[in-house]
Amino acid sequence: MKHIRFLSMGILFGIILSKGEIISWFRIQEMFRFQSFHMFGVIGSAVVFGIITIQFIKRKKLRDSAGTLITVSTQDPGYARNLIGGTIFGLGWAITGACPGPLFILMGHQGWFFVLAIAGAILGTFSYGLIEKKLPH
Amino acid sequence: MDKLIEFIQQPWPWWVSGPLITFTMFSLLYFGKSFGVSTNFKTACNLLGAGKVSNFFKFDWRDQLWNLIFIGGTIIGGFIAAHYLTPSQAVAISPATIADLKAIGIASPGSSYVPEEIFGSENRWSLRSMVFLLGGGFLVGFGTRYANGCTSGHAISGLSNLQKWSLVAVIGFFIGGLAMTHFFLPLLMKL
Repeated sequence: MKHIRFLSMGILFGIILSKGEIISWFRIQEMFRFQSFHMFGVIGSAVVFGIITIQFIKRKKLRDSAGTLITVSTQDPGYARNLIGGTIFGLGWAITGACPGPLFILMGHQGWFFVLAIAGAILGTFSYGLIEKKLPH
Repeated sequence: MDKLIEFIQQPWPWWVSGPLITFTMFSLLYFGKSFGVSTNFKTACNLLGAGKVSNFFKFDWRDQLWNLIFIGGTIIGGFIAAHYLTPSQAVAISPATIADLKAIGIASPGSSYVPEEIFGSENRWSLRSMVFLLGGGFLVGFGTRYANGCTSGHAISGLSNLQKWSLVAVIGFFIGGLAMTHFFLPLLMKL
């Protein structure tokens, strides 16, 4: 039952991204054409508040609900994978109009057929797992 | 109260949604979890038995149960927003974007939440729709795992933690997104 909190956070996150139009294909197109401030404002303000939040957590040595010191993972996976993988992801983001979170939200928002995009993403992840060792990281 | 309901029913401005995304990230950290949606695709592979084929998918999925429940919640959230909190599905995109999209074959950009020509019920089983959904999804799934994170992990959590490699990933997101938008999308719309 302790997982109910994650369900509520998910519901809230789904509403925030829907109402902020972050899951609209049109907003993503607008972003990749630099024709509106909207998406840059969303991501930019989330990051600015995020930097303040993380600095606060680190300086005040905040603990989580279980009493463990909050740490933000800092493994450096290597720049090549970030750039190449990021580029492949960007190609997909611009046609589905959705990154992973929005793909799920769109299923609730627009209908079951977005499950096809999720299936595609699972297949993509599976394919990466198969050839992972042959790729530059 | 009426004012609040009226505000909620309007599209939310960036300065409302942006900080609320940070709040989501903080809530997850507070409950001992890290914000990263694309991991769920890897968990799905594990649940479908991919651990038999590659060690990459061998892990205890129970550690990610909270994340599966989180994305289950996001589906419900999307449903609630669309059916109860959004009287108009129109998206007020800029006139420049409307003109650009009309030029590549989208009849009325922004009049619906997503383009009818790609995701509408009339085009549901068209080649174009399959390429955009399955093909686009494939690139998203492959790319995020290769990049070790998506928008939530790199752009929000990573940049908030001032990670240089997350900035590199975000630059990659834009290289891919710009290439697709300006070079490949007009061709794909001809399908």
